[in-house]
Parts: sequence; C-alpha cells; structure tokens
Amino acid sequence: MEKMRMNVLVCGGTGCIASDSEKVAKNLEVIIKARGYDKEVSVVKTGCFGFCEQGPIVKIEPDNIFYVRVGAKDAKEIVDEHIIKGRKVERLLYKDPEDNKPISRQEDIQFYKKQLRVALRNCGFINPEDIYEYIAAGGYEALGKALTQMTRDEVVEEIKASGLRGRGGGGFPTGVKWEITKKQESDVKFIICNADEGDPGAFMDRSILEGDPHSVLEAMAIGGYAIGADKGIIYIRAEYPLAISRLNTAITQAREAGLLGKNLFGTDFSFDITIKYGAGAFVCGEETALINSCEGKRGEPNYKPPYPAQEGYWGHPTCVNNVETFANIPVIITKGSEWFSSIGTENSKGTKVFALAGKINNVGLVEVPMGVTLREIIYNIGGGIQGGRKFKAIQTGGPSGGVLTEKDLDTQIDYNSLLEVGSMMGSGGMIVMDETDNMVNIAKFYLEFTMDESCGRCTPCRIGTKRMYELLNKITSRKGTMADLDALKQLAYMVKDGSLCGLGQTAPNPVISTMKNFWNEYLNLIKDEDHPRGEGKYVPKNKIGMKS
Amino acid sequence: MQIKSLEELKKIKEEYKDRVRLRSQVEGTGDQTEILVGMATCGISSGARETFNAFIEELAEEKLDDVKVITVGCVGYCHSEPTVQVNIKGQKPVLYGNIKKENVHELIEKHIKGGEPVKRFILSTDFEIV
Ligand SMILES: Cc1cc2nc3c(=O)[nH]c(=O)nc-3n(C[C@H](O)[C@H](O)[C@H](O)COP(=O)(O)O)c2cc1C
Repeated sequence: MEKMRMNVLVCGGTGCIASDSEKVAKNLEVIIKARGYDKEVSVVKTGCFGFCEQGPIVKIEPDNIFYVRVGAKDAKEIVDEHIIKGRKVERLLYKDPEDNKPISRQEDIQFYKKQLRVALRNCGFINPEDIYEYIAAGGYEALGKALTQMTRDEVVEEIKASGLRGRGGGGFPTGVKWEITKKQESDVKFIICNADEGDPGAFMDRSILEGDPHSVLEAMAIGGYAIGADKGIIYIRAEYPLAISRLNTAITQAREAGLLGKNLFGTDFSFDITIKYGAGAFVCGEETALINSCEGKRGEPNYKPPYPAQEGYWGHPTCVNNVETFANIPVIITKGSEWFSSIGTENSKGTKVFALAGKINNVGLVEVPMGVTLREIIYNIGGGIQGGRKFKAIQTGGPSGGVLTEKDLDTQIDYNSLLEVGSMMGSGGMIVMDETDNMVNIAKFYLEFTMDESCGRCTPCRIGTKRMYELLNKITSRKGTMADLDALKQLAYMVKDGSLCGLGQTAPNPVISTMKNFWNEYLNLIKDEDHPRGEGKYVPKNKIGMKS
Repeated sequence: MQIKSLEELKKIKEEYKDRVRLRSQVEGTGDQTEILVGMATCGISSGARETFNAFIEELAEEKLDDVKVITVGCVGYCHSEPTVQVNIKGQKPVLYGNIKKENVHELIEKHIKGGEPVKRFILSTDFEIV
C-alpha cells in the first residue's frame, strides 16, 4: 500500500446518501485522480457521523477539518483549495448558530461537545466495508481476549460488573440475561440480535449496523461463547437494505478471515451467524414474536414465562439482545467493566444513543453518557427549537413512552428517572414538539401507529387500540363529549392492564401522559361544542397528525 | 488468510494500522505533535509537495505514528518557502523556512526526536498559532 498522507472521510450513512453523498465521494475521487494525488490522498466512505441535519458530511484527516452540507459541485473546490493547497474552504465549514463564526474542528461544534461515543465509536471513523480498518481500530481483539484468556464465567461476570442494561427498551441487565441463558442445560442454544427497530423516528440500530457492522458480529460471537451457543441470528427488517448489504459484506469478510466459522482463534469454539429478514412489523421487535417470525411462523408474541432464555428458538434456550447492547460489548471486554461503569449514573451505566427528531434544529444521531439532562440534549446538542419557537414537549420511548414537559427537562436521563417522570428510556427515539403542535393529535398519531401494528392476537390490544383511536378521532374532529374523554381514559387503563405483550401494555402511554400533562388541550376540543363548528381555536398543524 | 491466534490478529492490526492512522477520534485529540507544511501556490512551486512527502515517508519508516503532517495555506513568508511549522505539545511553535526535502531528515532527527529546534532554518519563534 502507498503511504497515504490524507484521508477524506465522506459519510455513507443513509441520511447523507439521501442527500447525495455518494456523488460527492465519486467526484472527489475523480478529481483527486485527475490532479494526480490519488497515491497520497484516499477517499473513505464511513458510517454515520450523526449530524444528519448538516449532511452530507466530509471530514479531512489528519487536518481534522469538518465540512458540512457538501454538494457534488463542491468537490472541485475541496480538492483544489484544501487538498492541494492546504487552504480551508471557509464557506463549507459549520457556522455556529449563535455568532455565525465558522468552526473547523468536529469537537468544537456544540452538537458534539457533550457527546461521548462508545457504541458509535467507529461510526464516521472507519470504512464499514473493510474488515482491516475495523481490525486496525482494535476490532476483534475483544473476541480474541475472551476466547483465549477468559473463561465463559469470566465473560459473564465482566458484563454483569459493567452494569450494562439492554438498549432495546426493556433495560434488563445484559450480564444477568447471559448468565440465565448460560445456566440452561442444553446442547443447542442460540444468540439473536434484535435489529427490528420498529419505533417510528428511530435509527440508532440502523446507523450502528451501517457504520460498524463488525462490532455487532464480534459481540455476538463473544455472547455465543459466554452462553454456549454456536449459532447466531440477526433479525433485521428488509426495509434496511444498506444495513443488510453491509452486514452481508461483513459476515463474508469475517468468515474469510476466520473470525466466524470453525475453531475461532485456534480454540474449540465455533460460531457462525445467519441473517433473517423481517417484513417490518413493529410487534416483531418483541422478542417472543421475533422468535416466532424467525421460525417462519406468524409474528405474534407468546405469553412469558417461559422466557426465551429458557425456551426460545425452536424450543432451545435463546438470548435476544439489541444491536446497541451488542455494540457496547467489545469495548467492555477490552477496556474493562470498571471503565464502563465509571460512565453514567448509579443504576444506568455507559452511554445511550438517541435519534433526535421533530422540531429541533440539529436533527441527528447523538450518543451521550447516561445522566445528562433532557435540557442539555435539546438545547446544547440539539441546538434548541426550530424557528426560535417555544418548546412544548418531548416524546421519549417512542409509541410506548410518554411526553415530558418543561418541568421535566432537568431530569437526568437514566432508566429509572425517566420512568419516575412518566415516560421511559425505550430504545432511544426522541421527538421534540413545539408550541404549534397539538398534543391530542400527537397522541392520535401514536395510537394510529400501534393500532395498525397490533398483531391481533389478544382482544384488549386488537379492539382496544381501535376503539381508542376512534374516540381520539371523534375528539379531534370536535365531536367529542366529556363522556368520550372518560371512556378514553378508562379504556386506556384497560388496554394497558389486559394486553398480552409489551405492545398493548404500553400503547396507551401516549394518551395517558398527554392527558396528564395537557388535559386542557383535550378539554378545549370538547368545549368547542359550545361554539359553532369551525370557530374553535384548534387548527391541526403538525405534519405527523394530519392523517385522519 | 485465516486468523488463528491473538498474536496473528495483532500482527494484522499492525500491518493495516496505516489505514486509520491519519484519523482522530473525537475525543483525546490535541496532544499530538503536528508538522504543518505551507502548501499554497508559493509553497508548491518551491517544492513543498516533495518536502511534505519526505516527511510522510520518513515518519512512517521511523514509526513515529503519533506525529501528524498537515497541509496549510500560505503563511506570508513566500520568500522562504517551503515553510514548515512544528507544534509540539507544551512548547512554543517553531516556524522554519526553506525546508527542502533534503533537510527533512535533519528536522526529524533533531527536532521531532531530539526536541532541539534546528536554529539555522528558524524564521520566527514568536508566531501565534491558533
Ligand atoms: C412491541 C415491542 C417492540 C419491540 N421492538 C424492539 C425493537 O425494535 N428492537 C429491540 O431491540 N427490542 C425491541 N423490543 C424489546 C425486545 O422484546 C427485547 O426486550 C430486547 O430485544 C432485548 O434486548 P436487550 O436486552 O439488549 O434490550 C420490543 C418490545 C416490544 C414489547
């Protein structure tokens, strides 16, 4: 290989690709070659940088200059000015929204200042389609260490000691889950990666798989070793074509390098991974439904217990973990549980990736240590509310969570504290609403989603969500009465208590929490009965609530 | 090729380190030694590119992986191009002039490795860097 003096990193995440980053990369390559610099300067397509709002992102190394919103036609200037002459292209630098001053280094941008990248450590750093870049960044060392220097119990203990909890929504301690699965007596066990990611607006898992697929493969092998499974399955929705293609590439490369397959690292441990495609049903993210779907059955949940760890895939003990959970594993093994548990709060260790969306300036993917406040996320990292409007609420936990308001903004983010204030961590979707959003409409949006996604297996969820949706529809079209509000509330608790799986048990949360925090908005719609139709104040404005 | 031990993996890591060597993680940057080479038109026409590549090659041979070589624009000393600035953490930046590729070896030996600036090339030592 030639001695490269410069790497031009171009974001190849889905967000940036949608704004044509592939063309940017292509143009850069062509022009660099035309100028005769292709032996010194390489163009590298990486995973997501997270700053999707400002994409396509181009970062020049080792200069450490961060360009935003780079168009295909900017390639020439970047090559001629920066790459050849060493002059920064000022107009492509990110401008601080406060004083409009250009910022050239990634770490000086507000959006990145409070972030800590653990699960996303390689996203925007390596080329996800090159296993050697992953290895050069320290990849597969954790697997080697686990297999050759640690017993299975030691691996389990290390993960337990780290305090890592499931990032898929439930927050169950990962080490404990591994221990339970390990203890089951069975010759055949499975480890499954849950890459269904059904939350509307969430793209954490997708970005990890697109930007750093090997970290998940490596972690699955470590988990397989710990629990005694020699087969792994990645369950991923077919709607993630780029993630699937990068996973396939990664699996092929890992097999070629002997990092998946027989006798890994010369030990007697063998492990391989297959991919199962889902059709994109929200309920298939629920682990028992997911297992049914993997077996080729309808994606419907089962009653628990037995838990998958006891009776999972084809009746065998099965450990199901989320993508982001896995992405944390290799670092815990290499850097140690002590390091990991030094980050975060008492009961929630490490970091969490969030997909920031809605009426916020910096839409994107952020990873923060547990314990930062919602205010820091919204105002420091997120750059505040679009158009200088007023913050109204933030929905965490997706359709299973609830809204949090101004009074909750100083809550430190962790599993327990979010539950205490009436929402939940969930898998990491965060949707910000401003003063123009009507909360009843928001609740209706989520309910429409869960109603559509209810698998129909149990009555409270199948019929309850439908009736709730109808009531909400009646209310938002200003035909509702106080009795309807009562009925809605009652029904909400009935669906919550009576449903079989997490989908139904949490589906009413958006209604319950908006009723609690924004009761007046419900009342206003009812009070309109006193006015002639059409004169009420209520104008549905937000895009997501329009469909009704 | 199949990797069959941790040692083999580490060898491969070493072998391919070059692919990611130039990149900085978001955290933990800023304490590396930097060599800035003026690469504006004036620099290039006086041989800055050759100087630059000589740095890259020699640093790689010497395995000085934590030294970054960066191109910068014209610093206004066009009469003394190619200009090279060396920033070592905790020390005053040193600006050199007239660094041809033949002089690179001496700079690396004396200044980068030995910590002693090479006086006869110094242009100005009270240069403000940002
Ligand atoms: C309706 C519903 C949808 C879910 N969707 C997902 C999902 O998309 N991804 C995920 O990782 N977990 C999802 N879960 C949680 C899984 O059931 C399971 O708890 C998780 O995959 C376990 O992994 P973890 O311990 O690493 O979080 C969902 C749960 C429910 C009830």
